[in-house]
Amino acid sequence: MNAADFAAENNLHRVGARPPLHRYLQEMWERRDFAITMAKFKIEANNQKNRLGMLWIGLSPVLTAAVYGVVFGVLQGDRRPDNFASFIIAGVFLFQYFTNTMNNGAKSIVSNRALVQSLAFPRMTLPMATVVQQLLNVTVIISVMYVILFVLGNPIKLSWLLIVPLVVIMTVFNAGVALFMSRLTAHTRDITQLLPIINRFFFYSSGVLFPIDRILSSFPALLQVYDFHPIYEFLVIGRGVLLQGYTVPSEYWWYASGWAALLLIIGTVTFWAAEESYGRVD
Amino acid sequence: MDVSTRTEGIVEQSETPPGKPVVVVDDLHVDYKVHATGKRAKNSRRKLLTPTRGLSSVHALRGVSFTAYENESIGVIGSNGSGKSTLMRAIVGLTPPSKGAVYASSRPNMLGIGAALIPDLSGEKNIILGGLALGLPKERIKQLQEEIIEFAELENFIDLPMRTYSSGMQARLKFAIAVARDHEILIVDEALAVGDRRFRQRSEDRIRGIRENAGTVFLVSHSMKSIADTCSRVIWLNQGQLMMDGGPEEVIEAYQGSKGQPDD
Repeated sequence: MNAADFAAENNLHRVGARPPLHRYLQEMWERRDFAITMAKFKIEANNQKNRLGMLWIGLSPVLTAAVYGVVFGVLQGDRRPDNFASFIIAGVFLFQYFTNTMNNGAKSIVSNRALVQSLAFPRMTLPMATVVQQLLNVTVIISVMYVILFVLGNPIKLSWLLIVPLVVIMTVFNAGVALFMSRLTAHTRDITQLLPIINRFFFYSSGVLFPIDRILSSFPALLQVYDFHPIYEFLVIGRGVLLQGYTVPSEYWWYASGWAALLLIIGTVTFWAAEESYGRVD
Repeated sequence: MDVSTRTEGIVEQSETPPGKPVVVVDDLHVDYKVHATGKRAKNSRRKLLTPTRGLSSVHALRGVSFTAYENESIGVIGSNGSGKSTLMRAIVGLTPPSKGAVYASSRPNMLGIGAALIPDLSGEKNIILGGLALGLPKERIKQLQEEIIEFAELENFIDLPMRTYSSGMQARLKFAIAVARDHEILIVDEALAVGDRRFRQRSEDRIRGIRENAGTVFLVSHSMKSIADTCSRVIWLNQGQLMMDGGPEEVIEAYQGSKGQPDD
């Protein structure tokens, strides 16, 4: 009789074996309180370090938008998009939601290495905790954005409420990206060096600061490709529902939802596949 | 690997007949691949970008096998670097084995709650976070909270941020959170070395309590006294191999007999 049979006969299971995907997701769901509490406590602990505390969550994107607004306002001269200040605010605020989740999600396993090496729980809890943390932050950020857009003269419309489904779609998308990136960085630490470059690529390619359709107006083929740029879609939808003088092509809602679903599936499966290896010391 | 002979060996060594097996460690090997940094004594003429730069393999465990039974408390001893902590991490499933396997009746827990806590938050909030990290439901943590605070003797400090605690207070809090839940299989790695004599006494009592509730405890320690006081069986590891497995007196005696020799 070998050890495996002996173990099976006594109803023992191999420790650390990765459960099947549905059981894994169920186990993670049972740990949702841990993920949510960790997200809340991390926000609280971060805020305690700064004198202005919670204010920074809203203040940081405002200052970023101000800097970009001035620089790119001057650079673009009279080729500025309509309603320029609001254009920048909506772009920067929504883009930051994506980029913050990707960055923190990517580092979620690496920066919690001690925790991963001392307690056994479904590792997916860690990237999901950062997604929750950013989701909590974005509710503050969006309220700030509403106030600024109103002050900038955008009339309050019923379509402002459509930010809620947009945030839902973006959260699903971000979760997928965070899961995917956290597996990559857990195995190859070098990816953290690439993160700022990946960020910048998306930042400049998704038209946060300038209107893509005007710049590419002489390349209609390229513009068609842009219909399938997920982050560009998010920004177009966001500006369409919020700003005076912008509209949303209705198919963008479908494209964006499709991207979100696809990324979540890819991210979940990729992350789960390496579940046994995150605690490795190397 | 023939388990039946190994089981008989254990029967011979322990005085009480074994109960239900709860952990089976079968020919366990663990390798670490380490990117060594710093200069090597020999072979130092390496170029900076050589891809194989300093990648060395550390063979931390070399074929360890044993079976642990219900109600046992097993002390694990050995000199520094003998593979004690690696063995414990492999039993919990944190370190994947490179060969062999660990089987257990339920997922073993390690008393390593500290990593989940946030030093900037109060002791009270850290109790909630630590409890959730252990998989306790929120309501249960609320019920246990008083008991945890009392066991950790932190009644007057529980509202203060954890970073303001002394190292002894922090260790007491971590221990108190970790033993608050019932563990079927618990691994205690050096945790008893913390706190003053009185707290150590109470920690050992608590571990005996877990054992009496049909639990199995692994205790890693350099303190032969706490091993002898708490354990019913002792495993001696040396350089990743199982040197001896048996009753506390004989193993500790053999281990101490080997000490003072050059390899320790």
